[in-house]
Amino acid sequence: MSYHGGDFDVIVIGAGHSGVEAGLASARAGANTLMLTLNLDAVAFMPCNPSVGGPAKGIVVREIDALGGEMARNIDKTHIQMRMLNTAKGPAVRALRAQADKFLYQQEMKETIEKTENLLLRQGMVESLVIEDDKVKGVVTQTGAVYNAKAVIVTTGTYLRGKVILGELSYESGPNNMQPSVNLSYDLQKLGFKMERFKTGTPPRVNSRTIDYSKTEIQPGDDVPRAFSYETTKFITDQLPCWLTYTNEDTHTFINDNLSRSPMYSGMIEGTGPRYCPSIEDKIVRFSDKPRHQIFLEPEGRNTQEVYVQGLSTSLPEDVQHNILRTIPGLEHVQMMRPGYAIEYDAIVPTQLWPTLETKMIDGLFTAGQINGTSGYEEAAGQGLMAGINAAMKVLGKEPLILDRSEAYIGVMIDDLVTKGTEEPYRLLTSRAEYRLLLRHDNADLRLTEKGHEIGLISDERFARFEKKKAEIAEEIQRLDKTTIKASPEAEKVMEAASSSPLKEAMNAAVLLKRPEVTYAAIDALAPAEKELDADVKEQVEIQVKYKGYIAKQLEQVGKLKKMENKKLPEDLDYHAIKGLAIEAREKLSEVRPLSVAQASRVSGVNPADVSVLLVYMEQGRLQKVAAEG
Amino acid sequence: METDTIAAISTPMGEGAIGIVRISGPAAFQVADQLYTGKKALAEVDTHTINYGHIQDPASGETVEEAMVSVLRAPRTYTKEDIIEINCHGGLTSVNRVLQLALRYGARLAEPGEFTKRAFLNGRIDLSQAEAVMDLIRAKTDQAMNVAMNQVEGKLSSRIQTLRQKLLETVASVEVNIDYPEYDAEEVTLEMIREKGTEVEQAIEELLTTAHQGKILREGLSTVILGRPNVGKSSLLNNLVHENKAIVTDIPGTTRDVVEEYVNIRGVPLRLLDTAGIRETEDIVERLGVERSRKVVKDAELALLVLNYNEAITEADEELFKLIQDQDTIIIVNKTDLAPEISLDQVKELANGNPVITTSLLKDEGVDDLEEAIRELFFAGEMEGGDLSYVSNSRHIALLEQAKRSVQEALSAAEGGMPIDMVQIDITRAWEVLGEVIGDSVQESLIDQLFSQFCLGK
Ligand SMILES: Nc1nc2c(ncn2[C@@H]2O[C@H](COP(=O)(O)OP(=O)(O)OP(=O)(O)O)[C@@H](O)[C@H]2O)c(=O)[nH]1
Ligand SMILES: [Mg+2]
Repeated sequence: MSYHGGDFDVIVIGAGHSGVEAGLASARAGANTLMLTLNLDAVAFMPCNPSVGGPAKGIVVREIDALGGEMARNIDKTHIQMRMLNTAKGPAVRALRAQADKFLYQQEMKETIEKTENLLLRQGMVESLVIEDDKVKGVVTQTGAVYNAKAVIVTTGTYLRGKVILGELSYESGPNNMQPSVNLSYDLQKLGFKMERFKTGTPPRVNSRTIDYSKTEIQPGDDVPRAFSYETTKFITDQLPCWLTYTNEDTHTFINDNLSRSPMYSGMIEGTGPRYCPSIEDKIVRFSDKPRHQIFLEPEGRNTQEVYVQGLSTSLPEDVQHNILRTIPGLEHVQMMRPGYAIEYDAIVPTQLWPTLETKMIDGLFTAGQINGTSGYEEAAGQGLMAGINAAMKVLGKEPLILDRSEAYIGVMIDDLVTKGTEEPYRLLTSRAEYRLLLRHDNADLRLTEKGHEIGLISDERFARFEKKKAEIAEEIQRLDKTTIKASPEAEKVMEAASSSPLKEAMNAAVLLKRPEVTYAAIDALAPAEKELDADVKEQVEIQVKYKGYIAKQLEQVGKLKKMENKKLPEDLDYHAIKGLAIEAREKLSEVRPLSVAQASRVSGVNPADVSVLLVYMEQGRLQKVAAEG
Repeated sequence: METDTIAAISTPMGEGAIGIVRISGPAAFQVADQLYTGKKALAEVDTHTINYGHIQDPASGETVEEAMVSVLRAPRTYTKEDIIEINCHGGLTSVNRVLQLALRYGARLAEPGEFTKRAFLNGRIDLSQAEAVMDLIRAKTDQAMNVAMNQVEGKLSSRIQTLRQKLLETVASVEVNIDYPEYDAEEVTLEMIREKGTEVEQAIEELLTTAHQGKILREGLSTVILGRPNVGKSSLLNNLVHENKAIVTDIPGTTRDVVEEYVNIRGVPLRLLDTAGIRETEDIVERLGVERSRKVVKDAELALLVLNYNEAITEADEELFKLIQDQDTIIIVNKTDLAPEISLDQVKELANGNPVITTSLLKDEGVDDLEEAIRELFFAGEMEGGDLSYVSNSRHIALLEQAKRSVQEALSAAEGGMPIDMVQIDITRAWEVLGEVIGDSVQESLIDQLFSQFCLGK
């Protein structure tokens, strides 16, 4: 009953946020790529909140763009509102967030895929992988098609042995009642992969027509046009607002009264849920002293009345959800359209991956996205992009791309996953990054465009524009370093407008710009650049000059990190043969098999003495010897 | 290959007359030249030479130590890195001060066995010694960890944990503002940072004060006995240590050099220094002794000035009063068994508020009063020794000072109107550094704090 479906370089299983980036990156890098997904109508589907970005995540989207991925461009074309967050808190933590038109987002992404050379998007359910001698050779679908490939990327999200739980009811299902992928999970377990079971949830959706918005607070988008992609030139100006309301005592009493019907307390849920994404029943139990919780009402798109009730994620029974909604100001007469639910799914323990996202066990097999234990569209997309790039690089015989912790949030995330694993669905937070002043929203292009160009995802044309921008920034910083601003009546006026103290004597422009209250615009007014510079360039100059001291400090720390990153450890090192390593360290290191001493030092259970021992062996050339014997 | 520069005291503590502060690493010269003044900067002298000069505290300009400094340039050194060795003769206190200065001016305190480790990593030691060295590293590190573990149960660590928790709550509040900008948590303002920061800075300062006391408990309060010849200085030392350590004769000028003794007086450890009697003199040997005494007085933490009950105050006595002007001093009027020739009123006036005790060391009278005066002075107004959590090791002091600096930097950034993400860098740093004191500095605990302190979610 099986037939030969075709030969490809790379096959991507799944077309969620991870799968689409993986497929596009692989095809664009020059690998002949097949994307197989359960349902073509669910490409880049947003089963949870209709939004993209936010702190840390928004920066990932910018990084994806700088590396030639799609998420940024796609959301720029399909959002209903955009806001810059944390504007007052400093450049290191600024981040963009967009509300998406989830339907347009899907359509747009699907069409982009369809139009991409080298890329075939096909509906089909993969049942098993074809493996020979621990090497992946292809996949077999439910319909009997056998596709051959040199690399396979699994991006099955929450579909993997998915189970929806809603009150007393539970059934096998992917998100939003989509078909789950069951056999593939068993296939992975048969291959020997250690799996874990995670849980996430989503709130109910309601009809906008039945909301009394007068009882809520409006949350409009920014007045200024915003975009994620460095390439976007067309901005959406017609934005839709979101709305804010709150739960109250009635809500909490009602939920408490119905806790016994919650699957969370009846023991029906076995998966580990994320602490950062508790259900409303969870919040009320754990934070019982909090009198109210925020509820954001977010439109799901321009051509729909469906509204996402952010803050009310729940797995309570449908009738309870209905009544909870009606305790909330503005929702007294609301009509629920879909109930919220919890979903459990299988994920693989991510320490089984190399930092390229290739599995250690099966050559050519990559995994990306929620299957690796993360949550969030952006986290998924970032991994999908990296897996797509690295699968393509592998089949094309090129060097892999691994980003380190000082280069990108994507690097922080992947390093965390493959080095430490995760005990709950992993979400990126700015606090996970040691060098967050370097990993800014504004400089993602400066950090990564060159790498994107090297692997062939950034066009020469775009790269030339980038080089020009870089040169302009450098020149302008140099100019400010050499420019003196004299104390003059005009300078006094500008300083006063900036509520800064007047110049007592002539002052260097760069030094003056270091005053927190003095902007580049003020300097530009007193000592204008020869030609008008782009806003982007001005922003860079301002940040780089103003925070030079702090940036230098972090760069110094990075210098130390890089030294340790450059001390490579052989993949096949036999840690059990190294005398002097603590037993726990031997076991942990054998499991993670770090590629550098720096990575080894981040493995939990490895202490500084173990790192010293490793260094000692390395310097003495013993590593090679142990590796050869082992 | 190692990037930072390390320093440590390389002679066993308390043994040998000379203590060596060894500095190794790429910035060894840079660190040492900030402290050293001599004929030439150390960076300019030949390798493998010994150079005479002074170690000064760059902040105050004060001379800490007269020192011989060995300059050893890479690669012909033990670690194959640049090495500076500062040979100090002033005993534990001054060796420690020199080390503290090196740590403050760019070196990091060496881990146990780290010089050996570097020697090894840089190929100075051959393969056959590998296992031995690793055992050493292992053992010493474990030992250091054990010490840390003991302290986890101790008061110091509980104080630091409280302090860290305070910082962590602030850090987490800032982080939640950053990672969840729309969440209705209270916005942490620069005002709040200023308030918390100042609080923490003061608490660290307090810990550092006990650090000073801790150091005294370990090394002894350096106490100098001074006075004109023949007033009974050596007798006092002998009396306090209950042994005949110093030569006592009726010939004025018997003691020619400084005699050093350790003794515990009612819980206060003293490092007693008997000196040559101070007077104008022609005797060269004695004059050198007098010079030394003057210097010792300056470095001491407590002075015991002995006067003769049987003689009127002399010019030399008045000179001595001048010498101890800015010092904690106890005045001892000795030989009360003899006829009163001294004016006690004049003594009290000259004492300027310092306690005055009368003794007859010959008859063993008044020593109790003296001991009590010493005890009171040390624990003045404070809790008794048993309740203090002493910070005593150099590593802890260095880390606490680093934490204090980070808090101060955060405060001055907040003061200067820097945005909160910059201020946060130094607050987080302070939290991490304090964690190093008690051997706990995991990023994960911040994230745990975030989710236990705040109710976040979609
Ligand atoms: N009568 C009397 N004689 C004392 C007393 N204390 C010390 N002496 C004597 O005074 C003489 C000098 O005592 P030292 O202790 O050697 O005096 P010093 O101050 O150390 O003298 P130099 O080292 O020479 O400066 C000795 O003969 C002691 O026995 C005292 O309380 N009463
Ligand atoms: Mg004497």
